[in-house]
Amino acid sequence: MSCDYTRTVLHGYLDGELDATRAAEFERHLESCRECAVALGGEESLRSSLQHSALYESAPIALRKKIRAGLDAATAPAPSLRIPAWQWIAVAAAMLIVASVSWYAWPRIQNSASSSPFTAAEVIDAHIRSLQPGHLTDVASTDQHTVKPWFNGKLAFVPPVKDFADEGFPLVGGRLDVLAGQNVAALVYTRRKHIINVFILPTKEPDTNIHPPGLRQGYQWRHWRHQGMEYCAVSDVSDSDLYELAQLLYQ
Amino acid sequence: MSGFDQGKGSDVLDTQDRARFEQLVLPHLDAAFNLARWLLRSRADSEDVAQEAMLRAYRFFRGFHGGDARAWLLQIVRNTCYTWLEKNRPVELMTEFDEELHPQPSTSPESLAIAGENRERLTRALETLPPRFREVLVLRELEGCSYKEIATITAIPIGTVMSALARARQRLQRTLTHASAQGASR
Repeated sequence: MSCDYTRTVLHGYLDGELDATRAAEFERHLESCRECAVALGGEESLRSSLQHSALYESAPIALRKKIRAGLDAATAPAPSLRIPAWQWIAVAAAMLIVASVSWYAWPRIQNSASSSPFTAAEVIDAHIRSLQPGHLTDVASTDQHTVKPWFNGKLAFVPPVKDFADEGFPLVGGRLDVLAGQNVAALVYTRRKHIINVFILPTKEPDTNIHPPGLRQGYQWRHWRHQGMEYCAVSDVSDSDLYELAQLLYQ
Repeated sequence: MSGFDQGKGSDVLDTQDRARFEQLVLPHLDAAFNLARWLLRSRADSEDVAQEAMLRAYRFFRGFHGGDARAWLLQIVRNTCYTWLEKNRPVELMTEFDEELHPQPSTSPESLAIAGENRERLTRALETLPPRFREVLVLRELEGCSYKEIATITAIPIGTVMSALARARQRLQRTLTHASAQGASR
């Protein structure tokens, strides 16, 4: 064996662990080094046999049960709620305080008629995250017939994708996002150079109107439910613009 | 050992810890069992050791401050396995990891393809490798761990994960070609 690459860098390349520069360098080397080309073929074939020969052994069910029993034994039982009657008033008052504090600390995007499954902070964070370089879209296209199929197989639901370029809200793409631990579709529209994110996820709750706007950290949002989907549009555009887009989406 | 603080493990855990553990760590039981099975080469022993490791992880759970729960668990599993091997099969741990490797005999992809697709043969070949070769291969190829995770779990410096894998693969290739050559000459 004469080529040093075969012994080391080839494996980083195979494992996808080289940075872009070194990977490109190795690919250039590969064009001229027969030894590395043969070795890479051999390693790929070895990997494929390792991964396709059912070598992975999952934990037996009996082990799962034994471990749960062991965890039970190592866990202190939940403290029982035996509270004298006169203390109930204090407990109730304390619970009320906790409830109202959390109510104000974590405002849900909601009005009294309906609540959304995510908090304002989560939606705003997701919106801000999307504005970081390279985070806005997974599929960049102004064509709704490109964006919609892109979601196929990536989500357990089909988000409605419409372009409103004629109405002044061109679609620029879509991406997958996570809100409150759930996978959601995010559609990206623009309005005079402002970005609007529309988060969509399925719901079993009944339809609502477009709720009054919410405002936080200078970002506006509008939330509504329509035909089994939960929508939340977020942006720094004016609320009248956001409402216009919400109405277009609602149709 | 580097990576994660495993804590003292002396706290009494409550139902909240239990719920968090169920959510973060227990889903990696398959990974724990698979690593133990390949390190110990026995399903029965692996059940005992995986159970012990999982309960140890639970006792240390307050020392887990978020991050990669799978790597944290596998690190404990690996330590538990090596402790078990030291006690029960010390000879197996004597193979030097950094041995000088002989040039690789030319292995054509074709001969490997024939050798591959064969669970028995691959299992035997993997099991003849020293544990330190075996574990990096299992973590990489079966568990899909990144180099960073492998470094955390096996306590080898991240800069040497690539060469460790290179040597392990070379050994496995050699064992397989050897086996198929012997099989052909019979």
